[in-house]
Amino acid sequence: MSVTTELSNPAGTTTQDAVISARHLGLTFKTNDGDVVALSDVNLTINKGEFVSFIGPSGCGKTTFLRTIADLEQPTSGTLTINGMTPEQARQSRAYGYVFQAPALYPWRTIEKNIALPLEIMGHSKSEQDARIKRTMDLVNLSGFEKKYPWQLSGGMQQRASIARALSFDADLLLMDEPFGALDEIVRDHLNSELLKLWAATQKTICFVTHSIPEAVYLSTKIVVMSPRPGRVTDVIESNLPSERPLDIRETPEFLEIAARVRDGLRAGHSYDGDHV
Amino acid sequence: MKRVLPIIVVLIAIVLVWYAAAIGMNAQWQSDVYRRANVTDVPFTQFAMDTWNQEKPVLPTAHQVFGELYNSTVLVAPNKPRSLLFHAWVTFSATALGFVMGSLLGIGLAVLIVHNEAMNRSLMPWIVASQTIPILALAPLIVVIGFNIFTGTLGIPTDPARLISKAIISAYLSFFPVAVGMVKGLRSPEAIQLDLMHTYNASANQTFWKLRWPAAVPYLFTSLKVGVAASLVGAIVGEMPTGAVAGLGARLLAGSYYSQTTQIWAALFAASILAALLVIAVGVVEKLVNRSMGARPA
Repeated sequence: MSVTTELSNPAGTTTQDAVISARHLGLTFKTNDGDVVALSDVNLTINKGEFVSFIGPSGCGKTTFLRTIADLEQPTSGTLTINGMTPEQARQSRAYGYVFQAPALYPWRTIEKNIALPLEIMGHSKSEQDARIKRTMDLVNLSGFEKKYPWQLSGGMQQRASIARALSFDADLLLMDEPFGALDEIVRDHLNSELLKLWAATQKTICFVTHSIPEAVYLSTKIVVMSPRPGRVTDVIESNLPSERPLDIRETPEFLEIAARVRDGLRAGHSYDGDHV
Repeated sequence: MKRVLPIIVVLIAIVLVWYAAAIGMNAQWQSDVYRRANVTDVPFTQFAMDTWNQEKPVLPTAHQVFGELYNSTVLVAPNKPRSLLFHAWVTFSATALGFVMGSLLGIGLAVLIVHNEAMNRSLMPWIVASQTIPILALAPLIVVIGFNIFTGTLGIPTDPARLISKAIISAYLSFFPVAVGMVKGLRSPEAIQLDLMHTYNASANQTFWKLRWPAAVPYLFTSLKVGVAASLVGAIVGEMPTGAVAGLGARLLAGSYYSQTTQIWAALFAASILAALLVIAVGVVEKLVNRSMGARPA
């Protein structure tokens, strides 16, 4: 799409900056009702430090793509590399943190123990665990809630705790699957601006699945528009919004222009399969 | 008060029905006694009092049963065979040993079943089938044959051999609820909780101890409560066919040989009190564990 993408990605090669590189990626689920094509010929490069949103209607494969990066699903065709490794190698080297749609906190662990979970599994020392818990809880503004159990926290705070858990082991890549989808709009706005600050502070590469156009435009440096049946990429939009983004940037003409282009992309993808109005 | 009142009302109703039934069921014997003694025109109050205080009544009354309970616990040294505490201890030790054996077996089977599809297919039908055999048919086999093997081939002294035989029956009854409950419990983690472990590249061991096991704990305690009661039934059944001289089961059997109905009822009450204490004990442990695992107060 943009000049930089084309320059940095001559066909079939990846630059050293590429964190994620998908080439002709396809994934077909075999079900009792026949094959379901979840991803078809996806080509995409995501560079270090980018904030990439995946947007599209249900069934467009955006979550499947994220799960494929995380080695939670296996592609059936094409290639996918993460930091030059296969998804499995990347997972084994703990290359990414994953934030699910639901907080998925373990109810028998306190918030700090939940954040310690990946650290325990990865074998960090107790003092190292404590330092990381403190740092990530500060980062998501949850200090003071260390000893609380998940049920004692609101939905927004639980999701913040799950982000802290994904950040605690310092993977450079953060995969987020509609993390704020179940939250109300006020909490969501707040968490979105928090997330941008966090991204600026940590310099991580973030892949963010959403079905909200304003959320995608507000957060991203790159927006990947996908469409269903079969799941494929229909547009990749580079955002030229400034990196400093107050919430009211959403009323500026630049913002609305990008939002309009995302909407066009979604509509184009929809008219393709004909059975939608 | 609101919680106690309904219990008291039901208790009073039970006592009323009990004493009324005692008059009816003991009436025949009482009239025979009067006829032999040529006593006539007994007023009803006198008749009722007499039916409630017979030596060997068909249905002993509450005060007789609790009197017997009192006499055979408080008034007798607990190491004498006359003491119900002595018998209760014998039964309890078999119950406890069997309960521990059965619970461990149940948990072990559940772990195998959850981690291995072949085990799931091959073991589960047998586990279910094992419980379709009436324990009354199986108990004499286990007690008699087991006892002979333990004392003969293995050379174990008679007392531990008898204990182990009874414990095996207890274990046979209690492993089932634990196995079934734990299979469900170990499978209870949601898909995203398991996915999370996968993203951390956690080993099967780590996934078990950090996710499956804690998720199964509530299921475990529900099963243990059922299992401990079943263990007690197993131990009592195990005391019946052997001509055992000790244990609540032996006491029940002896009572029925000598028409000591009051003694039977006292043993029955002792058994149900023991069962209640065991279930309460499991419940207390459950509460403590729940608290340490941050369960939301109910």
